[in-house]
Amino acid sequence: MATTTAAPTLTGAPRADRRPPRRRGSHLVLHIVLIIGSIIMIYPLVWMIGASLKPESDIFSGNTLNPFPVDFSWGNYVKGWVGSGDVTFGTFFLNSLLVCLGAIVGNLFSCSLAAYAFARMHFKFRGLWFAIMLGMLMLPFPITIVPQYIMFHALGWTNSILPLIVPKFFGVESFFVFLMIQFIRTIPKELEQAAQVDGANRFQIYTRVVLPLLTPALVTTTIFTFIWTWNDFFSQLIYLGKPERYTVAVGLQSFLDASGQSEWGAMFAMTTLSLIPVFLLFLFFQRRLVDGIATTGLK
Amino acid sequence: MTVTETATRPPHAPARSQAEPKRRRKPLSDNLAGYLFLTPWLIGVAVFVAGPTLASLYLSFTNFNLLSPPKWVGLQNYIQLFTVDPRYIHSIEVTLIYVVASVPLSLAAALVLALLLNTKIRGVGIYRSIYYVPSLLGGSVAIAILWRQVFDSNGIFSHFLQLFGIPATSWISTPGLSIWTLIFLHVWQFGSPMVIFLAGLKQIPTELYEAAAVDGASKWMQFRNITLPLLTPIVFFNLILTMINAFQAFTPAYVVSSGTGGPLDSTLFYTLYLYINGFTNFRMGYASAMGWVLLIVVAAFAAAAFATSRYWVYYEDSED
Repeated sequence: MATTTAAPTLTGAPRADRRPPRRRGSHLVLHIVLIIGSIIMIYPLVWMIGASLKPESDIFSGNTLNPFPVDFSWGNYVKGWVGSGDVTFGTFFLNSLLVCLGAIVGNLFSCSLAAYAFARMHFKFRGLWFAIMLGMLMLPFPITIVPQYIMFHALGWTNSILPLIVPKFFGVESFFVFLMIQFIRTIPKELEQAAQVDGANRFQIYTRVVLPLLTPALVTTTIFTFIWTWNDFFSQLIYLGKPERYTVAVGLQSFLDASGQSEWGAMFAMTTLSLIPVFLLFLFFQRRLVDGIATTGLK
Repeated sequence: MTVTETATRPPHAPARSQAEPKRRRKPLSDNLAGYLFLTPWLIGVAVFVAGPTLASLYLSFTNFNLLSPPKWVGLQNYIQLFTVDPRYIHSIEVTLIYVVASVPLSLAAALVLALLLNTKIRGVGIYRSIYYVPSLLGGSVAIAILWRQVFDSNGIFSHFLQLFGIPATSWISTPGLSIWTLIFLHVWQFGSPMVIFLAGLKQIPTELYEAAAVDGASKWMQFRNITLPLLTPIVFFNLILTMINAFQAFTPAYVVSSGTGGPLDSTLFYTLYLYINGFTNFRMGYASAMGWVLLIVVAAFAAAAFATSRYWVYYEDSED
C-alpha cells in the first residue's frame, strides 16, 4: 500500500503518467510468483483431500501426484469413521468439542476479569503482577507439566477432561489476558466514567459497559482458544488414556499406530475431517484472526 | 519489545490525563476491586504456574516415579543428564539444529511474503489467506500425519523428485534428512509472523516513502533505510515468539516417529525426550530436571536477544 499509492499532495501529479505501464508489468511477475508460492503452500492439503476421496488402491498407483480422484468414493470416510477399536471417531469429535467448549468458557471468564483489572485499575503491586503475566507468556510449558500431572493424578482427574479445562478458568493463558488488555485500552474511558457517575459499581461497569464493548476481543479469544485446543496434543496425550476419552488428536494418533499405515485412505479421510472445524472458523472469521494476532503483535 | 514498552507505560492515555494530573491519584477502593477482579488469575498463577514451577525445581533433585514418595538425590539428575545420557545430549543437538534452522527461515519467508503482499494488487486478500491458513492447521496431529506420508519413500515428494530422475527415498526414515522435513513443516507455517509483519508494514507512514522518492531513493534504498529499520521492533517480537515456540515443538516429531524420536534419534526433540522420560518411563524427577534446563536455555536465548536488541532494534522515540 505504502509504495504504490500516489498521494494527492507533493508528488502525485508529475509521476502519475510515468508509473502505470511499469507497474502493470511488475504486477504480472508478482502474480506469477505469488501463484507458484500459493500452489506449493496448499498442494499438500489439496492432495490429502483428494486422496481421501480416492479408492485405497488408487492413492499410490497411477498418477499419484494428481490430487483429483478419478473414481470418486466416500468409502474411506465410512471406514475411517469406525476407527480401529470399538470407539468411533464420533466419540473423539464429541470429546474434542467438549474440551474446546470448556476451555472457551474458562478463558472468556477468567481472562476478561484479569484484563479489566490490569487495564483500568490501580492497585498495589500491579506492575509486578503485570510483569508476571507477561513472563508467563514466555514460560515453556514443560517446566510446569510434570507437577501439574502429579497434582491432577493425585486428584484422580487423569482420564478425564478436567485437567484440560479447569486451568483455563484461572486465566493461565496470558496471551488472551494481554489481547484483552490491549483492546480495553482502546475503549474511551469516558463511557466507564459516565457509568460511574450514574452510580454503577466496578462489577456493573465490567458487565454492562466493558464486556459488551469487548465483544470483538472476546470473539477473537473464542476462535483462537478453539483452534489451539483443537490442535493441542501434548496435554491430551498425557491425560487421556482411555479410548472413550480420546480427543480427535489422540484418536488420530492411535488410529495411525493401529492401522493407518496400511490404510492411508481412511487415515486421510479422518485427518481431512479433523481439519474442517478449524478451516471453517478461518473462513468465517478471517479478519478477526488476522487482526487478533496483529494487535497483540503490535500495540 | 513492544510488549515491555507497554508494560512500563502508564495505563491511561497520556495525552488526555496530563490535562488533569490530580485525577491520577485513584481512590483506595481500587485496591479491593482490583484484587477481587484478579482473584481467579492469582489463584491460577499460584496453583498452575508458580507452584508447579517451584515443585518441579524440588522434584528435579529427587527420584520420583509417582508410586513411592520422592527420594532426594541432590544434583544426581543434572549430572546424569550431562555426563551419562548420550540421548539427552543428542536431543539438545537435534533441538538446536531445528531452532537455528527453522526460526530464521520462517521469519525470512514471512518477511518476504509480507513485503510482496503489501502492494495493491488484485486478489491480495486471497493470497494472504492461502499463505496464512497453513499456520492455523500446521500444528495439528493431522498435518503431521500428512507430512509423514508426503516425505515417505512412496510419498508425493518422492514422486515429485522422480519427475526429475531423482530416485525415491524416504526422507522420514533417513536419519540425516528427517529433521529437515520437520524444519520444512515449521517454515510452511510462516503465515502467522507474516500477518504480524504485514500489520507492521501498514503502520509505516506513506510520507516517508514519498519524501524518499522525491530525493531520488531507489526501491532498494527505501527498503534498506525506511522499511527495515522501522520494522525491526516487529522482527524482534516475531523472533522471540517463534524461537520460544520452536524450542517447545513436540507434535510433529512425536507423530512422524511414532513417539520414539527415530530413526536413530534424529527427531528426538527436547520435549519429546522429556515426554519419554516423564510419561513413558515415569522418571518424574529426571523430566523435571530437563524442564528446568530448558527454562534456563530459553531464558538465556531470550536474554541474549533482549541484550543485543539495542544494537539492531530501532525505536522511534529515541530518535525523534
